[in-house]
Amino acid sequence: MAQTFTSTPVKQKNPLRKWIIIISICFVYIWAFSGMPIIQIKETSSEVISSIFAGLFQPDWDYVYDPAGEDLLRGLLDTLAIAVLGTVIAAVLCIPFSFLAASNMSRGKVFSGSGKFILSFIRVFPEIVMALLFIKAVGPGAFAGVLALGINSIGMLGKLFSEEIESLDLGPKEALIATGANPIKAIWFSVIPQILPSFLSFVIYRFEINVRSATILGIIGAGGIGTPLIFALSVRDWERVGVILLGIILMVVIIDFISGKIRERLT
Amino acid sequence: MIEFKNVSKIYPNGTVGLNNINLTINKGEFVVIVGLSGAGKSTLLRSINRLHEITSGEIFINGKSITRAKGKELYRMRRDIGMIFQNFNLVKRSTVIRNVLSGRVGYHSTLRMLLGLFPKHDKELALKALERVNILDKAYNRADQLSGGQQQRVSIARALAQEAKIILADEPVASLDPITTKQVMDDLKKINQELGITIVVNLHFIDLAREYATRIIGLRGGEIVFDDTVANATDETFNKIYGKPLEKQDVVVMSK
Amino acid sequence: MKTIEAPIQKKEIRIPSNRLKHSFTILLLISIIWLSGWKVEFSITSLINGLPNMVDLLVELFPPDLSYINNVTQPMLETIRMAVLGTTFGAIISIPIALCSARNVATLPIISIPSRFLLNLVRTIPDLLLAAFFVAVFGIGALPGIFALTIFSVGIIAKLTYEAIENIDPGPLEAMTAVGANKIKWITYGVIPQVLSQFMSFVLYTFEVNVRAAAVLGLVGAGGIGLYYERTLGFFEYDKTSTIILFTLIVVLIIDYLSTKIRERLI
Repeated sequence: MAQTFTSTPVKQKNPLRKWIIIISICFVYIWAFSGMPIIQIKETSSEVISSIFAGLFQPDWDYVYDPAGEDLLRGLLDTLAIAVLGTVIAAVLCIPFSFLAASNMSRGKVFSGSGKFILSFIRVFPEIVMALLFIKAVGPGAFAGVLALGINSIGMLGKLFSEEIESLDLGPKEALIATGANPIKAIWFSVIPQILPSFLSFVIYRFEINVRSATILGIIGAGGIGTPLIFALSVRDWERVGVILLGIILMVVIIDFISGKIRERLT
Repeated sequence: MIEFKNVSKIYPNGTVGLNNINLTINKGEFVVIVGLSGAGKSTLLRSINRLHEITSGEIFINGKSITRAKGKELYRMRRDIGMIFQNFNLVKRSTVIRNVLSGRVGYHSTLRMLLGLFPKHDKELALKALERVNILDKAYNRADQLSGGQQQRVSIARALAQEAKIILADEPVASLDPITTKQVMDDLKKINQELGITIVVNLHFIDLAREYATRIIGLRGGEIVFDDTVANATDETFNKIYGKPLEKQDVVVMSK
Repeated sequence: MKTIEAPIQKKEIRIPSNRLKHSFTILLLISIIWLSGWKVEFSITSLINGLPNMVDLLVELFPPDLSYINNVTQPMLETIRMAVLGTTFGAIISIPIALCSARNVATLPIISIPSRFLLNLVRTIPDLLLAAFFVAVFGIGALPGIFALTIFSVGIIAKLTYEAIENIDPGPLEAMTAVGANKIKWITYGVIPQVLSQFMSFVLYTFEVNVRAAAVLGLVGAGGIGLYYERTLGFFEYDKTSTIILFTLIVVLIIDYLSTKIRERLI
């Protein structure tokens, strides 16, 4: 059947560009796969995997509470304590940086640009590395973890907070200045009440993330439940690994739930 | 041929959507259903291809019960019925031709369709459908680059590509201006006359109904209160259907 | 509720008294912070004592030993490989999970609820933890890192994707039902075209996150450049450590920039 069309449709433009993208992606993948290690299924692998699952599903319940020494609850509380303090420190310290970085609060691009740069720098800096450095400085333990978490959180909190400040309605501030208030009073009564709910919301959100980070920090020796976990992993004590993982998951789920509820109330 | 046998739809909260509808629509008719909003027009139309389920009675398409059809059977029956929506329902980010081709998915295996392997025959059908509604030059444009009227024509093309024997149109021109409205209705009329496809349209513009339909069905409160040829549809008839005299907003263009 | 007397109307007006609730909340917060501080053995004195250590450390970090870059280029490439593969596998696995979690696609709660639950479970586990776990199973190398990143990626991509799916225009979905498509064809022609570009955007974002994560997974033996932190810090070769940090920073910034540019084009 011959098809005659009264007008010929215009074909897609730039098939060349599409092919360039596809070919370069293929190259990337060939390169990536060529370096991929082969999955070695050793004879012992199946035994290992079955013992892992056996251990994970029969957690070492004794470890949960041991009045004498180290136990799961203590470890989790340590982790929480690190997260709490780290978040608090960051919340306090980020305020001046956020105001510095906000373009409507500081005079001139130089100030806000440098503020933004400092915050970006802190954010890009891996927190694990920060923790390692702090361990070298103040010794291993929870304190190093707190410092690392605190400084690192300033990056994210500062950014969120400064963006919030930039989107502020400055009308009320103007009104207060008109009543004769000095800049500090003006900010206290006009700016702070506007941003307090979202600030608290950000802080709680960061706290959720920090609880997870705090569990990791222990793995490199900065205190919390991570240390017993890595120990149990290295000696292949799967029952203990199981109960610790369970504890961590439970803790994170509960914290997420509570903080979600609080944040709902705030907004 | 579409047959409604004692069809009712009662919602869980007791509201009656359709009340004991008995109706036969023959092949090749151009039926327009009119009525107030909430009279049951949409429910009636959408129960034909079972986008809405009925609570009692049975609907037959060319002698086969669609009410009882399940799985593949249902899909096949839907495939032979095309539908046009008030909001066009095109995938905005996809091209026009791809939107039209999606009318063909019922004809091929799932695997082929996952991979997007439409045979040449399908592509020709799609282009022919687009030509029929005069929008071939936009075949490779993104759907959201088209105007409302053009998008509606693409959805008509989709129904044509389905090789549907029946086309249902649910308020197809409600979002369009008067000129584009005429274009779309003209297209539907042309399809009905040239290809013999049965057309069932929901409208609330009286003059459009009079101008294009061969048969008008009036719904009120879920019941058919009028079912006759256009010639017998007087102004008084519309009074009865709408429960009030015709007003300016009931017509698209005031007759000269 | 407290009541006061309105001065003009001389009527009793009730004032909601939040004071008790507020004081209680603040007291609770302060005690949590105090207890945390005590648990962590927070002391300003040890911080001040440690300050000279930190300064020493900072001094030794600069200038970075740039010749070390030759040693770490290969591991850095391995890090990027891990991120590429982990993100890719994670993206592929995310597709069915996201479809099963979206309430407008997976209409039966018996599919959507467990699916979401599984997803939330996966998201509570931090990436380093996953990596440590897989190292214990598969041994040291890049393979556990890839597994860990895969699961981590599923957590991010699947959640973002199912939220996007739940927000699509239901119109085209209705059209596909009307055309007689079965569920799979309905998804392929109604759902996928609407979320594809967002999905790609999420995948690229996750790739950015994964590059950062991959850079430290080596700390637990999961391959990549992270291994070298331990080595250089252990040998007190801080100038080499700062090279690693700097190198990571630069790679992350470049990838972030490229990825952001591509993501802008996608929308």
